Amino acid sequence: MFAYYLDLARRSFARNVALTVLMVFAIAFGVGASMTTLTVLHVLAADPIPGKSGDLYYVQLDPHKAAEKPGDPPNQMTRADAEALIRAHRADHQAMMTGGEAAIEPERAGLQPFFADARWTSNEFFPMFRVPFVAGGGWTAEDDTHAARVAVIARPLADKLFGSTEVVGKWLRVAGTPLRIVGVIDTWSPTPHFYDLHTDVFGKAEQVFVPFSTSRELKMPHSGSMDCWGDAPVPDQEAVGAPCDWIQFWVELDSAAKASAYHDFLVHYSENEKLAGRYERPPNVRLSDVMTWLDTNEVVPKDARLQTWVALGFLLVCLINTVGLLLTKFLRRSVELGVRRALGASKRSIFVQLMVEAGSIGLAGGILGLGLAWLGLFAVRHQPTDYAELAHLDLPMLAGTFGLAVVASVLAGLLPAWRACQVAPALQLKSH
Amino acid sequence: MLSMKKVSKVYRTEMVETHALRELDLQVGPGEFVAITGPSGSGKTTFLNIAGILEELTGGEYRLDGVDVKSLDDRARSKLRNEKIGFVFQSFNLIPDLDLFDNVDVPLRYRKMTRGDRKKRIESALERVGLASRIKHYPAELSGGQQQRVAIARAIAGDPTLLLADEPTGNLDSQMAREVMQLLEDLNAQGTIVVIVTHDPEIAARAQRNIHIVDGVATDLERGPSLVKAKTA
Repeated sequence: MFAYYLDLARRSFARNVALTVLMVFAIAFGVGASMTTLTVLHVLAADPIPGKSGDLYYVQLDPHKAAEKPGDPPNQMTRADAEALIRAHRADHQAMMTGGEAAIEPERAGLQPFFADARWTSNEFFPMFRVPFVAGGGWTAEDDTHAARVAVIARPLADKLFGSTEVVGKWLRVAGTPLRIVGVIDTWSPTPHFYDLHTDVFGKAEQVFVPFSTSRELKMPHSGSMDCWGDAPVPDQEAVGAPCDWIQFWVELDSAAKASAYHDFLVHYSENEKLAGRYERPPNVRLSDVMTWLDTNEVVPKDARLQTWVALGFLLVCLINTVGLLLTKFLRRSVELGVRRALGASKRSIFVQLMVEAGSIGLAGGILGLGLAWLGLFAVRHQPTDYAELAHLDLPMLAGTFGLAVVASVLAGLLPAWRACQVAPALQLKSH
Repeated sequence: MLSMKKVSKVYRTEMVETHALRELDLQVGPGEFVAITGPSGSGKTTFLNIAGILEELTGGEYRLDGVDVKSLDDRARSKLRNEKIGFVFQSFNLIPDLDLFDNVDVPLRYRKMTRGDRKKRIESALERVGLASRIKHYPAELSGGQQQRVAIARAIAGDPTLLLADEPTGNLDSQMAREVMQLLEDLNAQGTIVVIVTHDPEIAARAQRNIHIVDGVATDLERGPSLVKAKTA
């Protein structure tokens, strides 16, 4: 019967092409607008490290002055605290880090020196964030301790500097210092750039990774924000004892019990620091998993959410219009439907027939809506926003477009189909 | 075959109650040709709608081929209507964008029949009404009489035991009307019960029985009140 209903739907469309086109366009515009904004939201609100985001926690401590207004702990950590937590090694994995800029001096002929985005971090960064390697691997804890002259680079940089990824053991010159390459990272760019929201949130992952200790010995410049406090001027803001927070600190804890124990450890650490006179406030610590941390920092722009609601509202208006048009279309066919009822069609048969027709309109609307969503995303990619280039339709959203179109049209068809199948056939047959 | 006992139909609005049929008793057996006559608004069409299971009765009992119609849900009523009853309407009620084949196919689509069986029945039905050569034509390409013959083909394609015709010649000229009546009589001769609603005394005179309805009360003009009991309100 489904094929028969499809054939009847085709005939019905041919009977009134203008009305059909109007409905298809109404669905298409609503779906196109909704899918454009939903795709942007989907990209921005995506889990950057699926399967592990629940086990990774961002750590916050509060070393600020007692005189300051109490509130949330600062977003970053002091170097002293970060190095103390690394030494304590109380989590499954932990890493301290900050953004930086590496002045690369290529040996390859024809390449001029250039700056590359870099990350100064500790060795467990790589296993903790499941960083994939195409060659070699990360450095060791020993390298961290001894500020070894080592580096991990990303595949594009290896290709650019050496024309190959087989570069483990080769030397990378950064600001005059040769660093031995120990690993080459394969394609890896978690979006958003969750592990450091103080640099480009929707930017690409860094090209150069160097032990934090090495970066400090070589006084490599750091990028991102820094917040210092206290009355006295701070001569070296990046020194171990400086009252400045500028380090991000992540830990991996693979169970709720471990997370709870680590939280207790942080409280205990804060109490000890207070006893030692370094902290002035009562313990004010926080552990946030990845998605919570992204929410706290409002990584998804408010206007993206607003645009989505507006687009869904527009879809609703389109649907209400479609309901009206379908109602008109179906009720105009009351005589035909009455004849079918008289000849043996049950109410259910008529209802299914009309729903197939509504669904077909939705499918056509979905195809057109897909084109409109593609155009919409093309427009978004040309907007001056930092997430513009991420706006692409992926497979789930592609399926979602058709799903939304069909569900929308089926919803729009429910009332008209129900009304049409309730029409008394006797009345229609006599009144014709 | 068709058995009605004390069947009544009342249309109710907030303001008024209209008794369209009052305690109608009627038995129609195999092979009968019955004409229902009466003035406009007398209840003829209501009777036809109830007989055709298109409307529910308010009171009484209606059995078609032994099945109590009142107890059935919409699905079962539709199935019974599809298998037992053929309809012929005054204004033909063919579906304009379906050709003759597809128009006759409509009732068969609601049965679980193979494509081959349907095709055989459609061709046979159109053959019986003399329109086999016009199978791919559309209703608009036919005369009124031809359209009514298609409607009859559609009604008989499912091989019903009861054919209900509502003023089947009302929109036809006398020549075409004679042709259509001849067709109905031929079908009746082959065993199909025919119940025809008509204003036309000439048509009514060709039926074996005449049921006259006035103000919802029916009288059997041929056999008297033994089969049709008319009761005043």
